Amino acid sequence: MTANGDGNQRITAAIGNAREAGRPAIAAFITAGFPSTEHFEGLLASTAAEADLVEVGVPFSDPMADGLTIQRSSRTALQHGTTLPWILETVAGQADDPPTAPVLLMSYLNPIMAHGFERFAADAARARVAGLIVPDLPLEESDPLRAELDPVGIALVQLVTPATPTDRLKQVCAASRGFVYAVTMKGTTGASVDAAAVGDYLAQVREVSPVPVLAGFGVRTASDVARLGRYADGVIVGSALVEAIEEGMDPGEFVRSLRGEEHKP
Amino acid sequence: MIESRAGAGTSGATLEDLIAGRLPDERGRFGEFGGRFVPETLMPALGLLEHGAREALDDAAFRDSYAAQLRDWIGRPTPLTRAERLSEAWGAHLWLKREDLAHTGAHKINNAIGQALLARRMGANRVIAETGAGQHGVASAAACSRLGLPCTVYMGEVDAARQRPNVQRMKLLGAEVVQVTSGDRTLRAAIDEALRDWVSDPEGTYYLLGSAVGPHPYPWLVRELQAVIGIEARDGMIRATGSLPDGVVACVGGGSNAIGLFHPFLADAEVELLGIEAGGSGTGLGEHAATASHGSPGVLHGSRSLLLQDPYGQVRDTHSVSAGLDYPGVGPEHSFLAEIGRVRYEAVGDGEAVAALEECAAAEGIIPALESAHALAGAKRWARERPGAVILLGLSGRGDKDLGILDGLREAGGLVA
Repeated sequence: MTANGDGNQRITAAIGNAREAGRPAIAAFITAGFPSTEHFEGLLASTAAEADLVEVGVPFSDPMADGLTIQRSSRTALQHGTTLPWILETVAGQADDPPTAPVLLMSYLNPIMAHGFERFAADAARARVAGLIVPDLPLEESDPLRAELDPVGIALVQLVTPATPTDRLKQVCAASRGFVYAVTMKGTTGASVDAAAVGDYLAQVREVSPVPVLAGFGVRTASDVARLGRYADGVIVGSALVEAIEEGMDPGEFVRSLRGEEHKP
Repeated sequence: MIESRAGAGTSGATLEDLIAGRLPDERGRFGEFGGRFVPETLMPALGLLEHGAREALDDAAFRDSYAAQLRDWIGRPTPLTRAERLSEAWGAHLWLKREDLAHTGAHKINNAIGQALLARRMGANRVIAETGAGQHGVASAAACSRLGLPCTVYMGEVDAARQRPNVQRMKLLGAEVVQVTSGDRTLRAAIDEALRDWVSDPEGTYYLLGSAVGPHPYPWLVRELQAVIGIEARDGMIRATGSLPDGVVACVGGGSNAIGLFHPFLADAEVELLGIEAGGSGTGLGEHAATASHGSPGVLHGSRSLLLQDPYGQVRDTHSVSAGLDYPGVGPEHSFLAEIGRVRYEAVGDGEAVAALEECAAAEGIIPALESAHALAGAKRWARERPGAVILLGLSGRGDKDLGILDGLREAGGLVA
């Protein structure tokens, strides 16, 4: 398989389908093993049935790019014994009939490194993981991992931020597979965002990026989704969804509410 | 213990590369260790910091102002003291490099004033720092106060409780102290929290990292600013004894005082270098913080280095009676030196360290920090192996901050050595 292999195609198709339906794609982040390993499987299925893409967060002991919500869910998941092999097994065991949203993993580098890049690529491909996002892996350090993921068609998604200079923005977008994760602000996950202020930035990313652009960090409500959706191909919702799960809400229902749809009885 | 291996690490980089200044390389690597593993938001800021630091250290005017602060404010050069009675008791010739006599009571100030000067030169609005034992926090607070920069210090609440006098000192020096309640609530969580702060304002905030860890250029920058310890000590030994010591011993948490002391001796092949880590209460995971002795390669806090981690890449909780050594990582230059066998790393337990502290206080009239006491215990052990050896020991700081811990241990019935 080439760099444009299976996972990339499933991701771009999912984003394309949302666009054809006249709405921004929604990538929904849930922490693996949270609130417990038993409950997670059901939450994953519910999320995958409603979202366009699912990001499964691999909990890490030192989540330096995350705000309080994801720190809390990660710590709980680790206390329940969540590991990367368990996550891969759980994702692999997901029913795919009817077809559900492609799954990406979001992981800090160290758990992937401990698993081994080559072994991760093989195990993740077997689990039909479509892509991988690594928040502490900048472009300069990303070649060895991408070299393992490209041949098995897993998209290594790169991140850009408002602090990324123009020249660098082009390089990062050119290297990104599946989509570009455009962080909408400085800071950690979970804060709120002023959508109007990020319009120019997202337009600039979209102009240089050969792949779709998804806006993340600070997406909390249906109106955030609608406003950011005017400038990007889709949005990523993380902390707000994890908070909804903490409150006992069904994640699929929360994703529907982000689209502005009424609760189904 | 890592056996002495001559030559290159797995990456092909050699000790000669390090001595000649070819490491860290352009990617910030010491062989396979180091690099820059951080969120994209910090990449431009780290690029600017590297550029600014190189420019400053190449600028004679900057070096002069740094040298003047070291001399007039910190009180450098610090003395080299012959430890008469410990030498006699241990059957060795023990010399102490007295960083405990540097202003604010530890080596941390050498780095803090250097980076604070850099922060001012680079136009930062505010400075943030992390601290474990509180010595780096106090040093940062003092340096920022001296240069008129606002300073915020992140400190784990476990550490803040066990090093309370340093919290009071930081506040008196005008710093805001933020107690970190996330993660393991020690140094490691404080670094996580300082990084989160920096990610929120990478342009206006200067992150004054206190150890030789973190993403490039920090391990290099901190070593350059701490190398004054080794340069002074090497000159001092030659002047006092007419030759180089047989061994140089320092404690290693993240490893800033050790790298500063060791670096100027790397080319002296006949000088044995010994890094002492915290052996805590045992050799099981979670019972110690002896990273170079028991760790495996991984990525934490922005660089690839040796780490204490489980098989799934989760960083382990550590234990040490010494807050300054209680850290699951170690600087990338130390990992490289361990790999190529130029430095030998050993662990000293809580009990041995406390005993060495008490012995030094009784014999020399010097109360060393618990961190430095680990080095003393390591030197004592080494002296038994090499009777009559000349040993240079980095006494990295003073122990006043540890009196509360010692009282607590006494009340709890002491420690088993």
